[in-house]
Formats: sequence, structure tokens, C-alpha cells
Amino acid sequence: MRLIESQKIKNFITMNAIYIVLILLIIGIAFIDPRFISIVCLRDILIQSSTRIIIALGIFFIILTGGVDLSAGRAVGLAAVITASLLQSPDYLRRFYPDLPQLPLILPILIAVAICLLAGLINGFIVARFGVPPFIATLGMQVIIYGANSIYFDLPPNNSQPIGGLNRSLTELGTGAIGEGLYSLPYIVIIAAVVAVVVWIIANKTQFGKNVYAIGGNVEAARVSGINIGKNLMVVYAMAGALYGLAGVLEAARTGGATNNYGTSYELDAIAACVVGGVSATGGIGKVPGVLAGVLIFSVINYGLTFINVNPYWQMIIKGLIIVAAVAFDIRKYRRRK
Amino acid sequence: MNDKYVLEMNNISKEFPGVRALDDVTFKVRPGTVHALMGENGAGKSTLMKCLFGLYKPDAGEIMINGKKVEIQNAKEALDHGISMIHQELHSNLHRNVMENIWLGRFPLKRIGPFTFIDERKMYRDTKELFDNLRMDIDPKEIVGRMSVSRIQLLEIARAVSYDAKVIIMDEPSSSLTEHEVERLFGIIRDLKNRGVAIIYISHKIEEILQIADEVTILRDGKKVGVWPAAELTNDLIISRMVGRPLTNRFPPRENKPSTEVILRVEGLTSPLFKSFKDISFELYHGEILGIGGLVGAQRTELIEALFGLRAVERGRIFYKGKEVKINSPLTAKKLGMSLLTEERRATGIFPVLDVLENTCIANLPKYVKRNKLLDDSMRRAEAKRAVEMLDVKTPSLKTLIQDLSGGNQQKVLFARWLLTEPEVLLLDEPTRGIDVGAKYEIYTIMADLAKQGKSIIFISSEMPELIGMADRIMVMCEGRLSGFVSGEEATQENIMRLATKFMA
Repeated sequence: MRLIESQKIKNFITMNAIYIVLILLIIGIAFIDPRFISIVCLRDILIQSSTRIIIALGIFFIILTGGVDLSAGRAVGLAAVITASLLQSPDYLRRFYPDLPQLPLILPILIAVAICLLAGLINGFIVARFGVPPFIATLGMQVIIYGANSIYFDLPPNNSQPIGGLNRSLTELGTGAIGEGLYSLPYIVIIAAVVAVVVWIIANKTQFGKNVYAIGGNVEAARVSGINIGKNLMVVYAMAGALYGLAGVLEAARTGGATNNYGTSYELDAIAACVVGGVSATGGIGKVPGVLAGVLIFSVINYGLTFINVNPYWQMIIKGLIIVAAVAFDIRKYRRRK
Repeated sequence: MNDKYVLEMNNISKEFPGVRALDDVTFKVRPGTVHALMGENGAGKSTLMKCLFGLYKPDAGEIMINGKKVEIQNAKEALDHGISMIHQELHSNLHRNVMENIWLGRFPLKRIGPFTFIDERKMYRDTKELFDNLRMDIDPKEIVGRMSVSRIQLLEIARAVSYDAKVIIMDEPSSSLTEHEVERLFGIIRDLKNRGVAIIYISHKIEEILQIADEVTILRDGKKVGVWPAAELTNDLIISRMVGRPLTNRFPPRENKPSTEVILRVEGLTSPLFKSFKDISFELYHGEILGIGGLVGAQRTELIEALFGLRAVERGRIFYKGKEVKINSPLTAKKLGMSLLTEERRATGIFPVLDVLENTCIANLPKYVKRNKLLDDSMRRAEAKRAVEMLDVKTPSLKTLIQDLSGGNQQKVLFARWLLTEPEVLLLDEPTRGIDVGAKYEIYTIMADLAKQGKSIIFISSEMPELIGMADRIMVMCEGRLSGFVSGEEATQENIMRLATKFMA
């Protein structure tokens, strides 16, 4: 009887390791500085996490299929630059398009998201149609997007100057909130939460979501089951692209500007968050709450360790250790005795 | 022939869960002879060789080499004892050249100062010498991937010889060789014999055995039938000794009534691949169970995978319910009302990391999509539960990962998956492979029930009793060609075996 109990506890810890680590981390930091447990800190962490969550949820689907996307960060940068260039205040002196009339907020956002969606679609097409390994296909796309973004960014009269003076409607989206003061709820957090809910529904409640898990679980069996592999892969990469686009818009909105270097290596953070959150790098395994916890762990490390004055270089070492340890631990869940 | 044995395997037994793979088998090989090991698929030939090669540990029995008892734990130890094996599937690294493949794991080395390098020149010389000795014309620096399959086969033989082996196991060595190349292989085998090497020759091709073997050991159902000098054997004697087993009540009664209405007609179906199926024509009737028999390499799997849209077809027509159809993807086949249980359950059947529920529903998801585009979870669960219960799948719950179930239960989940799509034609590829005896009976019962409900079944089996026990008609293939049909009284193991070897050299 006691044996079964201890087995149950062990099982519980294995299945929920990521959440336990997150809670222990928060408790540990609070132990050193109790002020960490506060609404302000919590809100800051959530704001920091918002765009990362959106990017990670895009890459989540791709990793579920057994792939990876190295172009995510550059797509974020591209979307940020496009949005910023199209939404500057009329009275700003160094406008990207000096004679551009005021566009409604939604139009530039849709353009940026659509362009990133297209880039994703091309990724998916190349992976599905030509069988190029996703690592390579998206590495190429990463470089191409950066080049294209830099050409755009370098157009006269901008000539590679940081784009600033963003329209208030946009910056409000990134920094504004419902309500005021201590208990206000930032728009950006609401958007990330909505995206998380939608992605959860897609992953768990739609035919497409089930197909994605099946393709990642065993692509040959999926083919025999009558699933159109190519079509589903293209939708996965396109959807991820759209999410990067949205994240790029929000990055511009949050920081009030954009350069072609926005988003650099964000894909690595997103991949790390996914694998720490229990998404199997070989595909087929992973849950949305796990991804959220993965992102939050890194935000808590960033914010919390800075809060208690840990040297940022030490933070990097801690992050690296967590990535490797989490995956080594996670693999035990599914490894079967031979 | 001398009386000493180079290899003795005495009283070997090996049991797997639910099946006695080897039962007190004794197998002795004399130096400088060719000893053929024969039996149906599943008779225990491979298991015996795997025991010899250290891949399986026998439950009982001993292995002696040159009269000394040995314990072999792995392939390397087998090689150290002078036993090497040419596998049925090729194991070469196709991207590297010939000599690297031959000396892999034991490269000749040279030292220059404190560093150790591979001695390429010695490796080239040794390889050349090896080929010259065997009178093979292969360039040691050729990239293996650019060679023809038959030349790779020769390379594998050379590699086996290069270990200075006392015993070489050849598992279907002629399967990818032309007639001319087989002659050369026999030349090489005779050379090896003269040097005192013993050859264990595993093949289905009886003519070949009679030509090259000195002695023949025949296995059946994991037991040794006997050992005879090849000179005393004939084609018919070998067949009857391989298959002569009494049929007991291993199959459920079948109450299906095949109608005269054709549901599927295939005319002249031909693969674009040279070695694959050619000019296959047959008809499948409503409520019929059609078995497909043949030996390994008869291209049966390729044929039904082509019917299901998984493989390309060069010529030929398929008529479904009287209408000509083009099936170029599994999705098309599924929509027509066909389903396929593949031979490789793990590789192409189950989703190991998903649970029983998802594994059961995956082929039928479109039926559960509600008008708001979301899946109807309660319906999904109810249907999966119904199917799983109907087929008596033994699983703790629908949430159990399928990889935690036994092979037989995994297979039943796959049946459940396809039954949910309400198919009219079921293609089953070795539906009872790797399943213990009890579960086999349950699979047979499912097949009999489905046929009784008017569904049509095509099933491939390499076990002749299974074909005879379950099929209304048996279609036999040999080397990609249709060699004939047998049914009723004519459906005997001898007749099937004769058809299965009809076009063999």
C-alpha cells in the first residue's frame, strides 16, 4: 500500500515537474527578497512573457510535427519594422513614408501578419513538397527574411535609422491597460491569453490539431490513416508565421519603435521554452499549459534573478542548465524499457 | 565428409511470451560443407541463427565450437569465434566506399609520432587481395551506394569472408542476384568449402538447395523435423517435411457467404519498379475472404499498398463496384471505403506516444467535426469506447498510451480504428504477425465476423495454415507475378508451396 502511494507521488512529480520547478523558483526568490511576491512584479513578468508566449505557441505546433523553425525571430523583426514604418505620428519629423496618410490601426497589423504568414507558408511548402529538413529550410528563410528586412529598413529616406515616433493608437496597444493603477490588466497580456486559449482549442478540439499530433507521433502511420501530410504541414508553418507576425507587431507597440535587429534569436528562447515545457523535440508530445510554464520559467529567471541581483552571466548558466536538465528528465517519462 | 563438427547447437530452446519459438533443437555443422537450414516462415530459422549470433539468449541448450563450449553474448563475440553472417537485409553504409565498409570497426592503423591514423594504403592492399582471392571484380574505392544491389551482396559476402570465419551464415543470399550471379555465388561457396569453411545456407529456393547443399536440416514450428544428406532429398520430400503438420482447431468457424457480386476488380496491375509486382489481375467478391500467399519477396505487400494508394502504379486498372477508379493516395482509398492494416505495426500502424482514444479515432476524425468546426469529444469517446469493447481490447483505459499494450491488443486497436470508418474492403497485411497464439484466434474471429457482415477482406499471410484456415480463396504470388489461385480441396500446403516457387530458378 505504501509502495503504491510513493509510486503515485513519484508519478505526480514526474508528470508535473515543470510546474513544481516554477513554483520552487518563485519561492526561492521570495525567500531571498520577500518583495518579489507583489502585483507589480507579477504584472511585469506577465508583460515580459506576452510576446514570447505568442512566438512559443507558434513554434509549438511545428515542434509537435517533429520540425523546428529558425526563422521565427527574424519574422518578428520583419513584422515590427513593417508595422512601425506604416504607423508613425503625422507630426514626427523623420517618417519612413513622409507623405503616408494616417492608416487605421488594423491595416498595418494585417499587412505585417499576412507577410509573415506567407513566409511561414513558403517554409511549409518547401518542407512538405521537397522534403527539405525543417532545420535547413527555416535556416534559409531566417537569412532571407533578415536580408529583405534590412533592404526595406535601408530605403531612403530612412537609411537604416531606428524607426520611432509611433502612432499613439499602436503604443497604447503595447503599453496600455484595462483599468488603472495596481490592478490594471495590460492589453498585451490579454492578447497573449486569448492566443493561448485559441491555440489550446485548435490543438485539442479540432481535427487539424489531432492530425498534427498524429503526424509528429508517426508520420507513416498518419499517411496510412488518410491524413494529407503536406497540406497539414503547410497550415502549421503558415499559422506559426502569422503568430510571429502578431508578436512582431506587439514588440513594436511595446517598445515604441523598431529596427531590423528586432527579434534576433527569439526562436531559440521559444524552442527552449517549448522543450522545457515538455514538448518532445522528436514530435507528437506536448501541451499548451506546458509551453506557458516554459516561457514563464525563463521570464521568472530573467526578472527574478535580476531582482535579487544575480549577475546576468550567471543567469545564462542557470538557464542553460535548466534546458538540458528539463529535457533529460522529461525523456524518462516516455522512454520504454527495451 | 568427416565426423567432427565445427559448430554444434545442442538442445536449444527459446520461449517468447505466448510462443515456443525453439523447442529442443539440435543443429550440427561439419567443416567444409554447405548445410541448408529450411522451414516455413516462422519455423524458427531466424531465431536459431539469432541465438547463435548472440542476439537472443537461449533458455536452454549449449553451443559448441570445435568441440569447445562457448557463451556468445553479442555479434562481436560471434565474430571473434569465427562465425559471421550475411544478412537478408543489406547492412552497408551506402555513403562510404567499399573498403571502409569492409574494415569498419577494425581499420588497419599506423602511428606517426604521437598520433594514430588509418593506414589507407594497407587497407586498399588488403581489400584488393581479398577480392582477388574471391575472384570478385570490385574497386575498393567505389562508393557502395552507386553499386547495384547484387554487387553489394557480393561485397557483404567478401566482408563475411574477411573475418577469417570458420562458419558463414547466408540468409537468402541469392534473393537479389540474377541467375548468372547465383552461379558465381556458388563458385565462391565451393571455393570457401575447399578452404574448410562451413556455410549455413538459408533459402526458400529448393532447387538451389538441392544444387549446393551437402546436408539439410528442416525445422517446423520451432521443432527439428530431421537432418538428411541433400542427395537423399527431392523437391516434394522437402516440401512435405516442411509443411506436414496436422491441422487442429486453430480457426473459428466461418459463416460468411461470398456473393457473386464483384466489389473490387484489378486488371493487369503493374509496378513501375522492375523487381516488383507485374500484371496482377483478380476479383474480390462481396463478403469474401481472399488470402494472398507467397514467400518473402513475392511483392504481396507492395501490391496491396499500391491498391491503397501508397505506391505508384505504372499500368493496370482498378474497378471498385463496377466503376473504374484511380487510387493515388490513402485518402482516396479511405473515401472509397477501403482500409489497410499494414504489416509493420510499429513503423506504420500505431502512434506510440498517443493514447488508445486518439489511436482509435484518428482515421475517422472528419465524422466527428461539428458545425462549429470543433470535434465532438463525447461522440469521439463513445465511439472509441464502443469499438474497443466490441473487439475486446484489453486496456486499463482509453487514456493508456498504446505503446503500453501488448502486440495483440495494439493490433485490435488498429482494427477498431478502421472499423470506425465503416469500410467495405479491408486489406490486412500479415494481421497476426508477432501476436501470441490466443490473440491470433481473436483476430481470426474478428475477420470471420466482418466477412459474415458482408465486408470483403484481402489478407496477406506467410503462414500457410492460416491461409488455408481463413481464406475462401487463396491467390499465390511468386516474385511479383500471380502464379495461381487455390480453394476448397485444392488448398493444401503442398499446392501453395508449389505455386509460391513456380517462377523461381
